Amino acid sequence: MATYVQIDPTQKLDPFKAVKKLPLEEFFTSGHRTCQGCESALVMKMMAKAAGPRTIVLGSTGCMYVANTTYYSTSWVVPWMHTQLGSSGSAALGTAAALKALMRKGKMKREPINVIAFCGDGGGADMGVGAISATLTHPDYNCLILMYDNESYANTDIQLSGSTPWGAHTTFSTPGKVKRIMHRRWKKNMAGMMAAGHPECKYVATICMSYGLAGMNAIRKALTIGGPTFIHSLDPCPKGWDYDPYQSHEMGELAVNTGVWPLYEVEKGVLRLMGRTQQIAAGKIPRQPVRDYLLRQGRFAHFTNDDIDYFQSKVDEMWQKWLVPGVIPFRKEVEADTAPE
Amino acid sequence: MAPVATAVEEQRKTEETALITGSEAIAVACKLADVDVITAYPIRPYDTVMQYVSKLVANGELDCEYIVAEGEHSQFEIVKHASAAGARVFCGSSGVGWMYAMEALTVTPALRIPMVAMVGNRALDDPGAFGVEHNDALTVRDLGWQLVWVDTAQEALDTALIAYRVAEDRRVFLPCAISCDGAFLTHSQALVKIPTQEKVNEFLPRYNRGDLLLHPDNPITVAPQGNEDWVMEIRRQNYAAMERASDVLREAYADFERIFGRSYGNPFFEEYETADADVVLMGMGTLSTPVKVAIRKMRKEGKKVGFVRMRWFRPFAAQALAKSLGRFEAIGVVDRDYSFGSPYMSGVLTNEVRSALYSAPGPKPPVVGFIAGLGGREVTVPDVERITEGVYKAAEGKPQPLTQWIGLRE
Repeated sequence: MATYVQIDPTQKLDPFKAVKKLPLEEFFTSGHRTCQGCESALVMKMMAKAAGPRTIVLGSTGCMYVANTTYYSTSWVVPWMHTQLGSSGSAALGTAAALKALMRKGKMKREPINVIAFCGDGGGADMGVGAISATLTHPDYNCLILMYDNESYANTDIQLSGSTPWGAHTTFSTPGKVKRIMHRRWKKNMAGMMAAGHPECKYVATICMSYGLAGMNAIRKALTIGGPTFIHSLDPCPKGWDYDPYQSHEMGELAVNTGVWPLYEVEKGVLRLMGRTQQIAAGKIPRQPVRDYLLRQGRFAHFTNDDIDYFQSKVDEMWQKWLVPGVIPFRKEVEADTAPE
Repeated sequence: MAPVATAVEEQRKTEETALITGSEAIAVACKLADVDVITAYPIRPYDTVMQYVSKLVANGELDCEYIVAEGEHSQFEIVKHASAAGARVFCGSSGVGWMYAMEALTVTPALRIPMVAMVGNRALDDPGAFGVEHNDALTVRDLGWQLVWVDTAQEALDTALIAYRVAEDRRVFLPCAISCDGAFLTHSQALVKIPTQEKVNEFLPRYNRGDLLLHPDNPITVAPQGNEDWVMEIRRQNYAAMERASDVLREAYADFERIFGRSYGNPFFEEYETADADVVLMGMGTLSTPVKVAIRKMRKEGKKVGFVRMRWFRPFAAQALAKSLGRFEAIGVVDRDYSFGSPYMSGVLTNEVRSALYSAPGPKPPVVGFIAGLGGREVTVPDVERITEGVYKAAEGKPQPLTQWIGLRE
């Protein structure tokens, strides 16, 4: 059969075997001004380490732009360029297209160069979702879009995004005397949507850098597999979630262990639950109650027991009622859902 | 064979002539310029250029990454990033499509990205209208875009080549938008001389992003947060680049004439029948067609009327224009745009002309503003005659309203 996709070779990035076998070189290093306990900065560091030196990084507006790159200083060892809030998809596509054209036409030395565009949840799940979606339909361009999801517009003072969990206290959803729950939207299922909606996209994964090796290997696989790929990283944020900065790592673990954040990859259409999520789904370990996760964070401090029960019921639905548990919210039967009054 | 016949024969050998529209002429320029990345998104009337680009790519005549984006914002962001990575790029839009891309249009000059874009000028919504108005392209006039209005398909092709040369000159590195009046130019066919590839190669060097290239061999950080510390100095660099653009443009036009043997005279504005004119009309784009016809008619009636067609709106050749306009008794500026609430409620071009004259030494003839041809409405020869009457009255010292709407249903 004829081949219609014209893809350039990618770098072959084998999985890292163990933390102690990681290369020592850093491509995202000192010079940034992120908060103490910032998990997203760790994602940047590990993303750059996983990708290696022959990489171009595009960063859309957000914490990882403003805090990492202040004129006259930069934490990026690899080439880096700012892109607009909703433009991570377009930045990845444009850069990849330029490399492809210039190399084909003999205007640039041929070599596989990684192209990674990152965005926050505001830039990705809200404003940039259209451009990311479009990019994932272009099979000819090698690029990765990584969404670091700290569940709010954290750089602009913690405003809610389409990726903020139900009920969370943000500066746009402050609990008040009459309305306790101002944010009544359930978190957008971004990775599931990207995987289900883009059949030609060869790799979509969810990661959490509390499980750093797995996260880095997902990035390496996404860059090696070819074509446009998407990774959604859940990043605990001490400022936005309101907990002590030293707990970031643990907060990520809790998100996974409570089933709030399922870890999975969809490789060429094949779904694999990963790590602890796989064990939960297989019944090897129990799902921890969401109460353990929610009550550790100031953003849920206004929750009543009813609110926690509602949150738990929605997470239970993800696991018990979704046709593809934790991933795709299709169901077998119609039933009514009601939020507590 | 007679020398003239030989020359014509020689030209036939080297230069092809084609019957094409303004949009097609720009697509041909993209082919000749060997553009690397092109992004398309449909909106009338500019989209005809992309239909033609699509054919060129499909037929193997143009080797580029041709990407159909999911909206104008992405369309312009994609090529912005492609240019930062070293690719020669082309893009375009019309009307509210251009507005939808506004954020990308804002950062493109700020990043010193030499993009060439075609604006098929179209009225902004609402109400919907396919026809020409200049407000779309004019919205970027303060941002560092070079803006040029062309009049014919030939000028569209030639200007696109000049635009690449100037935009990609390291002294400039600013984007350039080529405005083509919707329908009147985008969809109207004319005979166009297609220059040979050899001559284009001689005229147009390769795009070299130099030390600003985003590549692992040149690991720079582009556009970090500047804030009050540095933004002002960076803005000043853009100011200096635009200041340099005028000379680079002059160089390019001189080289264009030397290599292609076609001259545009003064690059910034065209003068028609101004040598002995009492009064002149001014405007941009295809307005020249009815104005020139009307001027020929009026001159037969003994009225010495001339026409100045602004070609480059940014950079704006204020001194040269003021010097030229100072020769006349009155000036009538016809705007195919509006600027509600502006000084004297005049159109954008009118107030730019007034501003250019105010600070210039020498005579300052009265400037009467006219708003005409909005939404693609035709500006007729009688319209031009009516406009000229008003300008003559101003020349005679009779007070005139400073802004008059022409061809309006009362």
